[in-house]
Amino acid sequence: MSKGFTPSPATPAVITANDLRQGHCVWMRDGDWTADPREAELFEDEAIAELALLDAIAQASVVVGPYLAEARRGPDGCPEPTHFREAFRRRGPSNYFHGKQAEFAQTELEASNV
Amino acid sequence: MFDARPQHNDQHREYLRHRAQQFRRQVERRLDGSLTEEEFRPLRLMNGVYLQLHSYMYRVAIPYGAFTPDQLRMLGHVADRWDRGYGHFTTRTNIQFHWHKLVDIPDSMEALNSVGIHSIQTSGNTIRNINADAFAGAAADELEDPRPWAELVRRWSTDHAEFQFLPRKFKISVSAGKQDRSAVSAYDIGLRIVEQDGVRGFQVWVGGGLGRTPHLGQVVREFLPQADLLPYLEAILAVYNLTGRRDNKWKARIKITVAERGLEVMRADIEEEFLRRRQQFSGLDQEILNGLRAQFAPPEFLDAPVEGYEAARAANGAFRSWTDTNLHPHRIPGYASAIITLKGPGETPGDMSADQMRLVADLAERLAHGDIRVNHDQNLVLPHVRKADLTEIYAALREAGLATANAGKITDIIACPGMDYCTLATARSIPIAKDIAAHFRARGLEDEIGEMKIRISGCINACGHHHLGHIGILGLDRAGVENYQITLGGDGYETPTLGQRAGAGFPAEEVVPAINRLVDAYLELRESPQERFIDAYRRLGVAPFKAALYPADA
Repeated sequence: MSKGFTPSPATPAVITANDLRQGHCVWMRDGDWTADPREAELFEDEAIAELALLDAIAQASVVVGPYLAEARRGPDGCPEPTHFREAFRRRGPSNYFHGKQAEFAQTELEASNV
Repeated sequence: MFDARPQHNDQHREYLRHRAQQFRRQVERRLDGSLTEEEFRPLRLMNGVYLQLHSYMYRVAIPYGAFTPDQLRMLGHVADRWDRGYGHFTTRTNIQFHWHKLVDIPDSMEALNSVGIHSIQTSGNTIRNINADAFAGAAADELEDPRPWAELVRRWSTDHAEFQFLPRKFKISVSAGKQDRSAVSAYDIGLRIVEQDGVRGFQVWVGGGLGRTPHLGQVVREFLPQADLLPYLEAILAVYNLTGRRDNKWKARIKITVAERGLEVMRADIEEEFLRRRQQFSGLDQEILNGLRAQFAPPEFLDAPVEGYEAARAANGAFRSWTDTNLHPHRIPGYASAIITLKGPGETPGDMSADQMRLVADLAERLAHGDIRVNHDQNLVLPHVRKADLTEIYAALREAGLATANAGKITDIIACPGMDYCTLATARSIPIAKDIAAHFRARGLEDEIGEMKIRISGCINACGHHHLGHIGILGLDRAGVENYQITLGGDGYETPTLGQRAGAGFPAEEVVPAINRLVDAYLELRESPQERFIDAYRRLGVAPFKAALYPADA
């Protein structure tokens, strides 16, 4: 995975980090953070992405280690990872049903019980 | 009751309380913005707190791999209360919790501290957790119990002011058997207790280490009188502290210092420094050691008739298989050391659930003199078990899924957490380990193959010690795809050898077929069932195995 690439329409990117207090993975959206990678903002312009990354770095009391991760727009319009490392971060480990996969399942269960 | 934690006296308790309070304040200051991440990071690392792929990882030391039932219960409590119900034992006898929240770690730390466990120096460029033979105090071939020495080194190295900012991390292991069981050649310093003309001393190895540039240690002192251990260690560390490279993280370990400066130059510097350092030791260390020896006195062994045990072995094939595979000879007749492999069907190597921790703690308390160890292979050991009690222990372990008879076999695979958890990893280790184990279980070949050490690392840092595997597997990222290189012929113990890379890597789905071809070639080529894979490899060389791995090139 390249952290030094230039976002463009051909190689868009998301900004991702870890939540400072809890540690879980988060993604930038409209200057704020979401725990759902499907809601991440997709940056296709280098200058806008760099400014957003500076904003992310400035939010040091909220997140740790923000960086640009290459992504693409999926069939549903949501960002998708282009590298397996980012795929694991947004899914969870392969040996237990932990991480995001468990969180999403819980969210969907709660939504179905409304 | 035998106490495997002599260090946990009032003074130690107060020290841990102070450290935990200090860390709690550091976390608070990070959260309120008084500390930046750059300022906080070295402080959290000094306490074993890493930021990993999915969450914070909390690494806790188990000095020389020894712990007590109440300590194991507390690890289980921490797993349940602040993590996700399990912990992961590592090759350096630490336990890692992969799902801690930063805000919870001070509470988790205090809970562990209450039973004498801590995470001090489980990271950072300092002297890490001290390792020793998991069968210490029990092994039939042991010259003397290495734990008092390991504990002395632990006390000396903890918060040693001079060695908190070394060029890089530093690992020490102590072995005392005729056969090395703590891989002394793979450590920055390896210590083997030896005897010369009836006098005990240490054979001192220096400059071992794995990672991206693996080196086996070399003997820097054939015989060091035991009383000189700490000044000599101090001399090595002082020389390394001054001459170790600080310009390049990847060349900063002592293995590179020894390789670049040469062993003879290092030895001369160490000996010169040793003469100076020795004068600074008043003998207090030897007084402390004598106290430790008393505290590490063996348990009161019981009369141990074995008739029932032999009858149970004759009557129960599964039990017989487990005792054939998972027992290690004990120095007391009627006793054995039992290996509890954390490599059952479908399990993640080194992982243990909180319920399993509590079960083993109860068993150790009732039937194993309250002594538990974790070994270099990511397995647990009950070092002192009466053979007469093994049937009861086996039944309880079996109920908990902990009675897999595979110690040292092809399914007893060492694997680092890999990219399922680790932020440094370049590929996953766990699924590969599970697939290989499942494949050979399905073929029913574990016993037929015999001793086989497969080691898997998810990156070149080599936490899975792939360089020392009879078959080593290294996971890499090749153009955005997981790819696995295979090394052959490694050995960390009897004949220290680094594995040799066999050739081009394999995509994930081709690893199991490749290992399968390798094993089939071995079974076909071996002279007898007694000839292990590593023996056949040494006899025949790499060619026939390379041909099996790469049939298209043959």
